[in-house]
Amino acid sequence: MEMEKHIFTMLVDNQPGVLSRVAGLFSGKGFNIESLVTAETDTPLISRITIVTKANKPVIEQIEKQLNKLVNVIKIRDVTGPEAVKREMALICVKARPEHRGEILRIVDIFRCKIIDIGLEHYIMEVTGDSDKINALLKLLRPMGIKKIARTGTMALIREPN
Amino acid sequence: MKLTGSQIMMEVLKSEGVDTIFGFPGGAVLDIYDALDKTDIRHILVRHEQGAVHAADGYARASGKVGVCLVTSGPGATNTVTGIASSYMDSIPVVVITGQVPSHLIGNDAFQEVDIVGITRPCTKHNYLVSRIEDLAVILKEAFHLARTGRPGPVLVDIPKDLTSASIEFECPKDVRLKSYNPNYKPNMRQLKKVVQLIQEAKRPMIFSGGGVILANASKELTEFTHKTRMPLTSSLMGLGAFPGTDPLWLGMIGMHGTYRANMSTSECDLLISIGVRFDDRVTGKTDAFAAQANIVHIDIDPTSIRKNIPVSVPIVGDCKISLEQLNRLIDEIDLGDLSKRRGEWLDLIEQWKNTNPLAYTQDEIIKPQYVVEKLYELTGGEAIITTEVGQNQMWAAQYYHFNKPNHFITSGGLGCMGFGLPAAIGAQVACPDKMVVDIAGDGSIQMNSQEMATAVQFNLPVKIVILNNGYLGMVRQWQELFYEKRYACTSMEHCPDFVKLAEAYGAIGLRAVTPEEVSPVLKEGLSIPKPVIMDFTVAKEEGVYPMVPAGAPITEMLLV
Repeated sequence: MEMEKHIFTMLVDNQPGVLSRVAGLFSGKGFNIESLVTAETDTPLISRITIVTKANKPVIEQIEKQLNKLVNVIKIRDVTGPEAVKREMALICVKARPEHRGEILRIVDIFRCKIIDIGLEHYIMEVTGDSDKINALLKLLRPMGIKKIARTGTMALIREPN
Repeated sequence: MKLTGSQIMMEVLKSEGVDTIFGFPGGAVLDIYDALDKTDIRHILVRHEQGAVHAADGYARASGKVGVCLVTSGPGATNTVTGIASSYMDSIPVVVITGQVPSHLIGNDAFQEVDIVGITRPCTKHNYLVSRIEDLAVILKEAFHLARTGRPGPVLVDIPKDLTSASIEFECPKDVRLKSYNPNYKPNMRQLKKVVQLIQEAKRPMIFSGGGVILANASKELTEFTHKTRMPLTSSLMGLGAFPGTDPLWLGMIGMHGTYRANMSTSECDLLISIGVRFDDRVTGKTDAFAAQANIVHIDIDPTSIRKNIPVSVPIVGDCKISLEQLNRLIDEIDLGDLSKRRGEWLDLIEQWKNTNPLAYTQDEIIKPQYVVEKLYELTGGEAIITTEVGQNQMWAAQYYHFNKPNHFITSGGLGCMGFGLPAAIGAQVACPDKMVVDIAGDGSIQMNSQEMATAVQFNLPVKIVILNNGYLGMVRQWQELFYEKRYACTSMEHCPDFVKLAEAYGAIGLRAVTPEEVSPVLKEGLSIPKPVIMDFTVAKEEGVYPMVPAGAPITEMLLV
């Protein structure tokens, strides 16, 4: 059966151990996690977790039901479709030899990144966008030499009805 | 009123109607035990914490109430894990209270410290570490609520020692509000109407019921539904007793050791109405071949059970009892015509299967284990509560004791936990002091929790233990015989204790039968003694459980030897 990528976003109780319940569910049942993002919401008692996973259709159905079954999961939505906006952020440290600096800055401009740290031999840039955009950027930067990278994984938020 | 954490616990337990606790004291729960001692709650002191959880499990199954355990931190807590996992697999409502080292020592590798909440996260319905005394009462209330509602299951509450002695102003919380937990009891009527439609159209319909029917207390409704529609019925191991095992529509158990007719019917039916089941691999065998000709209806309280293992045509999330009540009402509104005519051909075919391959064994000069179970059935009039260990003893109990009532067959179905039967029998006997409670055991598995004999004797619990003693870990030996060319690696119990003397050493009664003629007299005598009794039956060493479906094969591919 064909593997599908799905993005789930959920509101959970902001308590110790809740992330472990969610992550443990995935490891215990052999589900896959591509990325997982979590932080407190505007209400301190509630956190939002967004998970990107890949599986065939019946397993996706199970993942959603199993997450819903966790007592600390208040609400879960599959936000794979266009009803939600998705963003990921990455911090990329790229080698910046003098002969490459101009090219890197052009790429930064095109991708609307921000240089947030600069040294004799490197730039650290900040980029947000969907995962494809970040992957495309990385592809272009790779020839210059990527020293380090930190990615957040996908966050998602459902659009308000118009 | 100012109360200590321990006193608060007692108040909540009383408000939940708890009259019995199975437990084992220790350092971290001294204050709780001190408070418990001042209440009317009965405490059954087990000999191993695993036994406490199995006993609470047996108590819960026999009584329909929540079973409660109390153990100390560290090893006390880890010893409960097997029991908790067994209750989790079988959806049994149990609340396990574990002591924890004082809050300020948590994380310090303190004496008898273990992260039991972390350890039991995947095998509890939910669990808690209480971090503030203000939350204690609410959490305990939530624990009972979670354990008994929706799909029931074990809930663990870990309580640091300092909270049990600290005091606060106490008011018992009335209702439990969990914003994220709302089990759906009411089935969708449109889906139920589809089921009725399918019943009208089906030529070879049948029912497959499971433990969910017993948990939902829906045996009466199931029996009514079956009789109204005249559909033959099979059940999983966990479902035995929900429908009378002596009813003409009863097919016997389904699955790996199911009856020939139950497995054949499942394969040939065109409508399979599954109620309160979860399509375990021991039931389905090869899933692609399972009920391959049938429209499958699946009614269950837990949405995750549906389409987990088997694709279904009509999924229904709801309580088994309410769903069956509604189905019965809908069936009353339609005319199914002359059912004996309509089902005639289908039931005749099933009767043929029954006659060609019935459950059978030959009783010769050595006692056959099946014979012991049959005699036990006769002598108890089918009225006993039967618990089992795990393995051949469990399957023979399931096959040859015809369960006519729910809550009378108590077995570790999902986890398959050896050592379950004796403590579960103790729990069942506590719940039902006037019932005959018999643990059908093997010589291997009885040794996994035989220390609980002391508990039975101390608390005057007259449980009966029937050991089908074949000198082997019989079920594993059977697999070695069939699939490993009789290489009996490490399954021979070359040394067992003398079980008669073991019983006597505990202050119980021990009896033994070695010839078939002795079976009935020994059973009669043993069952008549109002004390714990071990009856040791020397049975045929290499008797197998049949039919048997090899693991992963379609359930129609049965070995019938």
